[in-house]
Amino acid sequence: MSAATNLPLAQLRFWDTTVGKKAVMAVTGFILFCFIVGHLLGNLQIYEPPEKINHYSELLKSMPSLLWGTRIILLVSVVLHIWASFALWLLQRAARPVSYVKKVNAHSTYASRTMMWSGPIILAFVIYHLLNFTFGTVHPGGPFDEHNVYNNVVTGFQFWPSSAFYIIAMIMLCYHLYHGLWSMFQSLGYSHPVYTPWIQRGAKIAAILIAAGYISIPVSVLAGFIKPV
Amino acid sequence: MKLILHVWRQKNAQDRGRMVRYEVPGVNEHMSFLEMLDVLNQGLIEKGEDPIAFDHDCREGICGMCGFMIDGKAHGGFKGTTVCQLHMRHFKDGDELYLEPWRAAAFPVVKDLVVDRSAFDRIIAAGGFISVPTGSAPDGNAIPVRKQDADLAMDAAACIGCGACVAACPNAAAALFVGAKISHLAHLPQGQAERNRRALSMVRQMNREGFANCTNIGECEAACPKQIKLEVIAQSNADYIRAAFRERPETVVSGVG
Amino acid sequence: MEMVSNAPTGPIEKSWETHKFGLKLVSPANKRKHNIIVVGTGLAGGSAAASLGELGYNVDCFCFQDSPRRAHSIAAQGGINAAKNYHNDGDSVYRLFYDTVKGGDFRSREANVYRLAQVSVNIIDQCVAQGVPFAREYGGLLDNRSFGGAQVSRTFYARGQTGQQLLLGAYQALERQVGLGTVKMYPRTEMLDLIVIDGRARGIVTRSLCDGKLSVHFGDAVVLATGGYGNVFYLSTNAKGSNATAIWRAYKRGALFANPCYTQIHPTCIPHSGDYQSKLTLMSESLRNDGRIWVPKKAGDKRPPASIPEHERDYYLERRYPSFGNLVPRDIASRAAKAVCDEGRGVGETGLGVYLDFSDALKRLGRHKLDERYGNLFEMYERITGENPYEVPMRIFPATHYTMGGLWVDYNLMSTVPGLFVLGEANFSDHGANRLGASALMQGLADGYFIIPYTIGNYLASTKHEKYSEDVPAAKEAVANVNIITKKLLNANGKRTVDSYHRELGKILWEYCGMSRNAAGLKKAAGMIAELREDFWRNVRVLGSNEEFNQSLEKAGRVADFFELGELMCADALHRNESCGAHFREEYQTPEGEALRDDANYSYVAAWESQGARRPASLNKEPLVFHYVKPSQRSYK
Repeated sequence: MSAATNLPLAQLRFWDTTVGKKAVMAVTGFILFCFIVGHLLGNLQIYEPPEKINHYSELLKSMPSLLWGTRIILLVSVVLHIWASFALWLLQRAARPVSYVKKVNAHSTYASRTMMWSGPIILAFVIYHLLNFTFGTVHPGGPFDEHNVYNNVVTGFQFWPSSAFYIIAMIMLCYHLYHGLWSMFQSLGYSHPVYTPWIQRGAKIAAILIAAGYISIPVSVLAGFIKPV
Repeated sequence: MKLILHVWRQKNAQDRGRMVRYEVPGVNEHMSFLEMLDVLNQGLIEKGEDPIAFDHDCREGICGMCGFMIDGKAHGGFKGTTVCQLHMRHFKDGDELYLEPWRAAAFPVVKDLVVDRSAFDRIIAAGGFISVPTGSAPDGNAIPVRKQDADLAMDAAACIGCGACVAACPNAAAALFVGAKISHLAHLPQGQAERNRRALSMVRQMNREGFANCTNIGECEAACPKQIKLEVIAQSNADYIRAAFRERPETVVSGVG
Repeated sequence: MEMVSNAPTGPIEKSWETHKFGLKLVSPANKRKHNIIVVGTGLAGGSAAASLGELGYNVDCFCFQDSPRRAHSIAAQGGINAAKNYHNDGDSVYRLFYDTVKGGDFRSREANVYRLAQVSVNIIDQCVAQGVPFAREYGGLLDNRSFGGAQVSRTFYARGQTGQQLLLGAYQALERQVGLGTVKMYPRTEMLDLIVIDGRARGIVTRSLCDGKLSVHFGDAVVLATGGYGNVFYLSTNAKGSNATAIWRAYKRGALFANPCYTQIHPTCIPHSGDYQSKLTLMSESLRNDGRIWVPKKAGDKRPPASIPEHERDYYLERRYPSFGNLVPRDIASRAAKAVCDEGRGVGETGLGVYLDFSDALKRLGRHKLDERYGNLFEMYERITGENPYEVPMRIFPATHYTMGGLWVDYNLMSTVPGLFVLGEANFSDHGANRLGASALMQGLADGYFIIPYTIGNYLASTKHEKYSEDVPAAKEAVANVNIITKKLLNANGKRTVDSYHRELGKILWEYCGMSRNAAGLKKAAGMIAELREDFWRNVRVLGSNEEFNQSLEKAGRVADFFELGELMCADALHRNESCGAHFREEYQTPEGEALRDDANYSYVAAWESQGARRPASLNKEPLVFHYVKPSQRSYK
């Protein structure tokens, strides 16, 4: 193999290198993280009287350009995030064709090594979640009323397998964010002996808080704290 | 003490290879790991069996030639220690150890525990240098370097190119090796002129060699006998990203002569 | 054999400049027509190959390691000297020259040493520009320290890894040329013979270590930078693979071997611990800047060091050499350690060791400062011995480290075979009978960066170079010669392993041709080696075949050469009836036990010429004349 200096530099593009793809994953991951936070804040209105969250839903629908703009950005992010990770996953498999008889992981966290598991589970969940609550095509808990978000949520979660899937997915999301939230800084080139450990701690706390916030909803429904109206 | 070793034996690159069990009696705690293998090999030769091939040279932890997996850990997994500097006092009688070569598509096995790491040389040839023809240098003190920068450059420059980072990484990524060189030269004023070009060329060559991506999990940092920090990978990521956005198509200027 | 040193005469300050101007040049357009072979990729070989590639020559470069970055220059810890006088402490080119000639005990060529001191300053500039991360002060300028026997601070360093950083600088320059296509690199390839056609070096025969394939490579000049032969002692601080095969086979093809008995024993190594020991580890000499060396006053005192009170300790270097104290040159420190151990005052299990104590330095400087200076060395010591130098004094003992002898070269670094150039530790020049600390890196880089690029051009420009094919008889003969050796080794099919022979050879040399020598011992050793060599060829066991990755076969060929070299070392040591530098003959010492030189009879370079396998080598002498530094008794008292 000849060295690269002979080749015109522009022959390969940003996306074509592993570092480029990881940067794309970091940026799209950050966008998705912002959504997750916003979505959680919206969802927590479930603890308010039903009118509040239903009104919020109407408000979003009254601004179709904002709503669809966001949805398109999210969709593009999801596609890029998955595309990059899948391409990298193929590279990883090719990079070690013969595996070790014995291999010990000395340092890395469980969360960091299972990103390729937590990711697809979350994806599967997102699809189900959209069918369950956004489109209402799959809503085994009861009738779906697109003007009554509050009831949709409660009835949806009263169907316990749905809640169980939701909780598992949120635990996966927690793992995913646990590593992904600080990893994006590293992928984009920021690391500091003092601040990075704080970013890592912050990532863990944020991951746990977000998952706890989401999980509290089906738990509250199943426990009967939140009832349909 | 007596040890039981399971060693990867592979005659050459074409051979499929297999684990073979050996018993090594009479191991002294002051021996280095490689001296223990020397003793085993002397016995094998006396019995008329092919001795185990392993790379080694300086045996003082600096040349980077030695290295294999001991029980699933690169260089045996002791902090800041290459396998030639690992002493048998860390093991106990009856221990059963698995010795395997570095595993990566970019590091094909030559024989037994010996692998071909020339991919690293090609990555350096792609851009891991400062272009300064012999004799064209200004006085050493003409360009002051902040002590902190010199120290950070030295931290990264300590890399011995042994390949443990690749071996320990679940993705067989060479990000720590590449990051160390990019970070070393990026911290020095002398390295600025070629900084963008270096990051682009080295990362691209790394990919061409078949190393996969970094997933920021830190196995390499834990395995590195020179304790190179994950920070160097962030540095190379930053340099690559910045360089990629500033990159222009190369133009040919004709008529210079 | 005619030996012309080609050393310039006239004022020494101008001699290199004048000489350079007199050298012929190869025009830029013609450079790419010349093929140059460089064997070895340490500081000398790596820097030479990179510089010659930059000039536009076609370079084929060889190393036996898997990468050119691994050569043993990488293990040098302490630093590199340069007469920069950045510290305003009175250093100058002349002082570095003076110190080196004196340190070499007046057995080196003055003009060479002066040139070395001159280019030392360019080396630092070059390396800084390459990005070698030398230690800096807070002001951003380069830091220096004083080192091994120097009274000025002229040593530049990069933590305890100076050799590594300098080598990586040269390696990166070399890889740059590989990328540009001017240098073709052949790693895991060993040179096994020199091809001499019409009296000139025209190529080499190599063996690929991966598959045993023999190849012929032609060149208009051959540059050997293959390092020293310290591994002849089996236990040394050299890398396991370091060997003398390239220079030895060149010697057999007509190059003269100079001063083989000058082998340096380094005073600060970790003592050895058992028969399985495969090598010795050096602890940087810089440790002597702050550590104090002592042994108990009473012989056989086995108390732990902490319970030996101050007045029962003998700080023997400070006592015997009050002005240099613990910083006396290497040969003196080593012999002094041997002397106290011979008196039965050695420490540690084997009684072959002395203490290097940092407790005073710890009180004076504090742990932080010591960590900053020696942290990595202390860690390394603890990793190997399991003892913490902050708690227990280090134990050290001398070990073979560097060989001042090597192939004879003239001022242009060309051997007696025209077209064969020898650089770095592989040649004999510059260090005389003893090398000062931090000078090996300096010499390697001086030869590679700043001398060979000029002198090789002169040779190429003044000679005609025909092209040859592999059918040329000399090439066929060289390949056949390599095949014969390989077959002999593989077919011996005896009982003993190569390592066991090597270890035995090492013991003989260490005992009789090591730190101190005498006539009777040297004669005895020569006989023992000859006997062992005969036995080796009959009874060695090398398994496997040539056509595979075969580490035993590699070693066997190298050990075979070490036997012959060992015999030559003994002959050289025996003929030199004086003590000088690292060569200490017990018969020739002052009443105080210091080396006694004989300038009237031995002020010459002893260059040995091979007379074939059956006859002893013949001696040629290059007289040494000192116009500037007048020979005097070295005194470090």
